[in-house]
Amino acid sequence: MEKDAVTGTATTGHEWDGLKELNTPLPRWWLYTFYVTIVFAVVWVALYPALPIWGATGITGWTARGALPAEMERARAANAPIMARINAATLPEIMADPAMRAHAMAGGRAAFAANCTGCHGAGGQGAPGGFPNLADDDWIWGGSLAAIHETIAAGIRNDENPDARNSLMPRFVADGLLTPAEAGDVTEFVLSLTRRATNTAAAERGATLFETNCASCHGDRGEGNRDVGAPRLNDAIWLYGGDRAAIMRSVALGRGGVMPPWSGRLDPAVIKMLAVYIHALGGGEAE
Amino acid sequence: MDGSFGIRDAALYADHQKVYPRSVRGPIRRIKWAVLGLCLAVYYLLPWLRWDRGAGAPNQAVLLDIQNARLFFFWIELWPQEVYYLTGLLVLGAVGLFAVSSLYGRLWCGFACPQTVWTDLFMQVERWIQGDRTQRMRLDAAPWTARKFGQKAATHAAWITIALLTGGAWIFYFGDAPRTLVDIVTGQASLTIYGFIALFAGTTYLLAGFAREQVCTYMCPWPRFQAAMLDEHSMIVAYRGWRGEPRGKARIEGTGDCVDCRACVHVCPTGIDIREGTQLQCIGCGLCIDACDDIMQRLGRPTKLIAFDSSDNLDASGAAVCAMPAGAVRHAPGMAARAPRRLLRPRTMVYASVFSAVALVMVVAFALRHDVTLTALRDRAPLYVRLADGGIRNTYTLRIGEKGRAPVSYALALDAPANLRLSVAGQPAVDAAGHPLLAARADGIAEWRVFVVAPPGVSLGASTPVSFRLLDASGRQVAREGSIFVAPGG
Repeated sequence: MEKDAVTGTATTGHEWDGLKELNTPLPRWWLYTFYVTIVFAVVWVALYPALPIWGATGITGWTARGALPAEMERARAANAPIMARINAATLPEIMADPAMRAHAMAGGRAAFAANCTGCHGAGGQGAPGGFPNLADDDWIWGGSLAAIHETIAAGIRNDENPDARNSLMPRFVADGLLTPAEAGDVTEFVLSLTRRATNTAAAERGATLFETNCASCHGDRGEGNRDVGAPRLNDAIWLYGGDRAAIMRSVALGRGGVMPPWSGRLDPAVIKMLAVYIHALGGGEAE
Repeated sequence: MDGSFGIRDAALYADHQKVYPRSVRGPIRRIKWAVLGLCLAVYYLLPWLRWDRGAGAPNQAVLLDIQNARLFFFWIELWPQEVYYLTGLLVLGAVGLFAVSSLYGRLWCGFACPQTVWTDLFMQVERWIQGDRTQRMRLDAAPWTARKFGQKAATHAAWITIALLTGGAWIFYFGDAPRTLVDIVTGQASLTIYGFIALFAGTTYLLAGFAREQVCTYMCPWPRFQAAMLDEHSMIVAYRGWRGEPRGKARIEGTGDCVDCRACVHVCPTGIDIREGTQLQCIGCGLCIDACDDIMQRLGRPTKLIAFDSSDNLDASGAAVCAMPAGAVRHAPGMAARAPRRLLRPRTMVYASVFSAVALVMVVAFALRHDVTLTALRDRAPLYVRLADGGIRNTYTLRIGEKGRAPVSYALALDAPANLRLSVAGQPAVDAAGHPLLAARADGIAEWRVFVVAPPGVSLGASTPVSFRLLDASGRQVAREGSIFVAPGG
């Protein structure tokens, strides 16, 4: 083999314009490391899922998806003691115990994100069209821990749970209970409850109609009734919009939002944690 | 020497030549031993130093408690949020290194760098077992015998022991040292600990036993750009060619002071010839100065043929020699100090002022550091909540960081215009002034949900600045955090 005179290194024998290419071998440590990586790769491909054939599993049968249940089970086992305590405790007991309360807040937040945000928003802020804000201080069915818990567990106006909160806002115009003109007078009266009426005569006519048709549920002055889920009409919060057209539509065609029952869907302990979390969003009331 | 003034045709590739440094005695070697002893003592003993911080707190003076996210350094306790003190320390270290380099050259490399310290230690062990330079060269060239095998095995066994102790000592900085030691010895320590010990022991063995000067020459980035810190006034290890050349045997007439004994080359830990001028490989350890001084003293000539000198002074001495008549005694007194030392130069002043500024910022920041921190995170979903009476509510999550270890509560006060009302979830007790009392978590962070309400009729812009203040029992403000109050348009 020909050797380069200057460096003493063997040449490849290739020559361009009088320049000969040197054949400089890789350092041995480098080469051996390279071989080790090849062996490592072969072993790896044999043991672990690497090729998209034969079910894409290696000899060990290990997959990331397969490892997930075990990991979930570990997390569940780690939480089991505190979850058992929450399961056995009443809501006031959970509130009185810092450890249970902290766990309920964290677990409630996670359960809320997974189950409730679709309708009630990420921070419980609700959405227009009948999805109430859970962070404000206006509650249709009650804002105490117990009331919130019952609403979550049984749901509202559903056929699944016999204990579901139930009530019916009649379709006053559609069912012929009021004429459209009378419904307009009632709307004018409802607006007057928040000092927004523009037609005093219509509002006065509406007052009489309100007393006969609406006051039994919504109260004489529109203060609402949580026992039947009749919203307050004399405050700044409107579930379906508070302008004249929206109120007119509510009177004429009725309203009736639904919510699924969560008992049976979620663990009893998770429902308790949700109640604690929602109660703490800002509007929670004392028992 | 090929007569080309030290410039040689550098080959692009060079096989590694093993360096066999000879032992040397002298003042610089003594300083190096002292620095080595000090550095190793600090490294090995620091984790064992105790510091009483009271009950419930670790009593180790220097502890990097990664698991609990606390850094302890004597009386200082740092939380992860305060990692900027570490950043400041690193900036100080870098600028300090620049300043020292521009004044005195590679003092760090030659004396205090762990690579230098451990390499020195490993070389000394090698010397004790295998003998000095000549014996070691002869031993390596000799065929394998039982004696050679025994010497080599003993050397490596000693190196590995030191390496394991080095790796082990590192672990003690990250956990309670006495307990960790018991755990390690009894096999109770975690796999992570054994893994890190193996890692640091392995790198120590490799870098101080084998790679040695190659770390400084090829791996370390610092020698590559430290030339930018040096100028003609910086001290470097320099051969005074004006006095030494032409080198030759002592008895030959007309030669310089250098007798070409190669003592400077034989003691060099990086295996270079300092007489070829300052070069990348030189770590500035000055051992060649000790070696040369020894020879000069034996010959009855003045010492410091190799010395810490500036290239400016070197040039001035060289020029003075050229101007002298032939035959004059070159090592006449005063010849070696022709240019005055200039410590105050633009670059040293810049380094010094940057160093002082950063140090000042750190000291001031540390002096103003609070043991209580407050952060306020405003709820963004929803931005605000309209209440039944028409009022507007904003919700905040307050986090109170309490570095103390005693249970304590702070009164929360709100600085805000327009009668904004403050309330706290969970209705905590209030103090005499009506401020809610928020319990802090000792050595931890307590979280509180806080509500601010603008009553109906209060007209606010879309965003109103507010701030929360924490007051201690005497009414003194201990923390303050600004935020905004968002309302539906102004």
